Amino acid sequence: MRIGSGSGKKLTLTIEKRLESPGALRFVIPSVSLLAALATGAVFLFLMGVSPFEAYSAMFRAAFGDGYGISETIVKSIPISMAAVAVMLTFTMLIYNIGAEGQIFMGAIASAAVVRYCFVDSAPAMLLMMIAAAGTAGGLWAALAGYLKARWNVNEIISTLMLNYVAIHLMDYFVYGPWRDPASLGFPMTAPFPGVARLPLLFGTRIHMGLFVAVFLALLFFVLIRHTRWGYEIRVIGENPRAAGFAGMNYVRNVILVMFISGAIAGIAGMCEVSGLQGRLQHGFSAGYGYTAIIVAWLSQLHPIAILFVSFLIGALLVGGETLQIVMRLPLSSTLILQGLILFFVLGGEIFKTYRIRFQREDA
Amino acid sequence: MTDTETPLISMKGITKRFTGVVANQDVDFDVRRGEVHALLGENGAGKSTLMNILYGLYRPDSGAITVGGVGRTFASPRDAIAAGIGMVHQHFMLIQSQKVWENMILGLESLPEILPRRDIIRRIADLSAQYGLEVDPMANVWQLSVGEQQRVAILQMLYRKANVLILDEPTAVLTPQEAERLFETIRQMTSEGHGVVFISHKLDEVMRITNRVTILRRGRVAGSVDTAATSKEQLAEMMMGEKIPFSVSKPPMRPGERILEAEGITVLGDRGFPSLSDVTLEVRANEILGVAGVAGNGQQELCEALAGLRKLESGRILLSGTNISGMSSRTFIDLGIRYIPADRKGTGLVPNMNVEENSILKKYWSRPVARGMMIDWKRVFEFARSLVSRYSVSTPSLATPVRNLSGGNLQKLMLGRELSDSPQVVIAMHPTWGLDVSATRFVREQLLEERKNGAAVLLVSEDLDELQALSDRLAVLCKGELMGIIDNPADVSRESVGLMMAGTPLESVALCTGGA
Repeated sequence: MRIGSGSGKKLTLTIEKRLESPGALRFVIPSVSLLAALATGAVFLFLMGVSPFEAYSAMFRAAFGDGYGISETIVKSIPISMAAVAVMLTFTMLIYNIGAEGQIFMGAIASAAVVRYCFVDSAPAMLLMMIAAAGTAGGLWAALAGYLKARWNVNEIISTLMLNYVAIHLMDYFVYGPWRDPASLGFPMTAPFPGVARLPLLFGTRIHMGLFVAVFLALLFFVLIRHTRWGYEIRVIGENPRAAGFAGMNYVRNVILVMFISGAIAGIAGMCEVSGLQGRLQHGFSAGYGYTAIIVAWLSQLHPIAILFVSFLIGALLVGGETLQIVMRLPLSSTLILQGLILFFVLGGEIFKTYRIRFQREDA
Repeated sequence: MTDTETPLISMKGITKRFTGVVANQDVDFDVRRGEVHALLGENGAGKSTLMNILYGLYRPDSGAITVGGVGRTFASPRDAIAAGIGMVHQHFMLIQSQKVWENMILGLESLPEILPRRDIIRRIADLSAQYGLEVDPMANVWQLSVGEQQRVAILQMLYRKANVLILDEPTAVLTPQEAERLFETIRQMTSEGHGVVFISHKLDEVMRITNRVTILRRGRVAGSVDTAATSKEQLAEMMMGEKIPFSVSKPPMRPGERILEAEGITVLGDRGFPSLSDVTLEVRANEILGVAGVAGNGQQELCEALAGLRKLESGRILLSGTNISGMSSRTFIDLGIRYIPADRKGTGLVPNMNVEENSILKKYWSRPVARGMMIDWKRVFEFARSLVSRYSVSTPSLATPVRNLSGGNLQKLMLGRELSDSPQVVIAMHPTWGLDVSATRFVREQLLEERKNGAAVLLVSEDLDELQALSDRLAVLCKGELMGIIDNPADVSRESVGLMMAGTPLESVALCTGGA
């Protein structure tokens, strides 16, 4: 269809498929997307009546300005990176575990249960039992959705999402009900964990041993996915399930297994959070880490090592976001808006991996 | 006013580049009233690009299209349709869940709010009668055979008053008899002044049905000739740019013992209906058993059942006399049964993974590629390198995602992967489909090589010439039932095979020998 009339040159914009995507795009596209998101966020901040420049620099100073800021950023990034490794694993197989949040809660509940009912006065035994219980609880929680998916093709996005609410309310039941600390003045929380049930802290900050767990898990899954038969299987299943069946790979078993492992990692993240940081189970202890992890996994292009770095950046965003609230008097949800913008732009930017825009002049 | 000298459409100096790759370079192409103009070329020669430009899907970087002598630019297929150009794709653009008459008006503009159903149906009936395109306007499209669906697709274009019809490999899905009917329709259309663009790989058909042939090679016109003044060999040569012997030689060979046997197997298709009923056949060592049939008559299900990928409802599969039915597909692979599926990118390969990763799809769990839990990528690299050189796969590197390889190279890679460790059984479905002449020859030679090495080869193809040239025996399937197995396929007429493909059992077919 020709629009308008007359002759002369006109500028047209065409979107065409790239025949190959240069490797550098893997890095350039997410970075540009991130900048675009921050630029759009600046518009939002401006409309909220604050100077975007001031807001961003206050966030930056809060997150990186001093040792305390950096340590807080690391503290935030620990559960995020673990949960991101968890969801990355399922995304690699094209299974969408949106339920890391619920699995974190189940892990936390299980570790609190161990403290309450199976107490032994030995830190190593206690912590190992807590990790095992948390991993099992989170794993089974996710495997439930995995089983429904594999057996009856129940959409795992919906089932994992719904299970989140169940887990969150289940924990509320315990902290408002039977497990509430009588000495908490009515606050919904359990009694503080005894010292042997606490992950040791590092460098005199709030950073806890969970940091090592997070780094270990990222490295472990890097090796598992890139260098083992099992990792090869999940990548093939994720890229082309028909080819996977053709090569005799067991889809049903792998879906359940991957969901279990994913949930177990998220569960352990929950354990680290309550044992390392909070020292007790309390209402709303996870600030949506399981959801943030989804953003992190995509920003990292599902690369386990990249997850460590991206988690650190997002941790900084969260720490900086608290500053927005305190210094700029913006609601905490402003940070969520920034997060949402980042995910939006990063996912939208994916299209430029396979397509390019070309401007050309032509005769009208 | 269009006088007879002005072509219906004319494309001049068409150039189209994709990110530095030239798909079409300075191509001239025209279609005159009342002619069938063949467009020939290997895969990637630029046929699809050129036709997509004519159909308004792409815009050329330079060059001009004139319709009836008037310059036009097409921004979308809608413009092309309005200019009287219709395209029947290989995969018909029909709405399966709707009725034939509803499909006719798909995408038409300026329809009244209340559809004049009776008028539409009457016009379909008129067009059907005029062009010999019998079809029931009230039928649901999904209930129609592929041949009937093609008629609907052609009717759809005629309904829109298309002057020029582009037919993209129209005979690939037809029985010889159906192809004959299609040719009748084409003749009827041209006698009424329509122009037809006929895209095909089958040189026999091009020689029979077309008036002119334009050959594309690497995006440029390699030649444009009158069909009457050329030969198959000359056309093949222009496509290839070099002379290549056209047939492969099949040395006589005595079939060995029974390797793979199917005993009365019945399997369900994807929709849950029986797609293969009570089929019994055997494949011997040093033998190629061809399987003929119109697409979708149980070939896919047969291959998948024999490869252990589809559950048997009844019957047994034996390998060298041992019952292996019900074993896992992994066991089938470990026992040396290899399957080359028709759907290369969809089933046989993982497009986003690279050559190395794809090369181990059937062996990543066993030594030496696997060491315990781990995959030894060094050995994978060496294996992939040897595969690529032995099967002459042309790829920029082993780290190239296979989605970037051409059809011929994809097939060579897959073939190499399946054949590299001397399998007992090779099941190949449409192994030469869509390949250019040299890749086709390579694939056929490899299958004959496996036959020589003692493998039992089952070859499913839609190309009767190929089946007759390669098979030692030829099984014919129709609606999931075995119509019979012909012992000397090279001596049997195409018509006899066609009758069996259409549902006549072998016993009832007078096997006239000779004719082709």
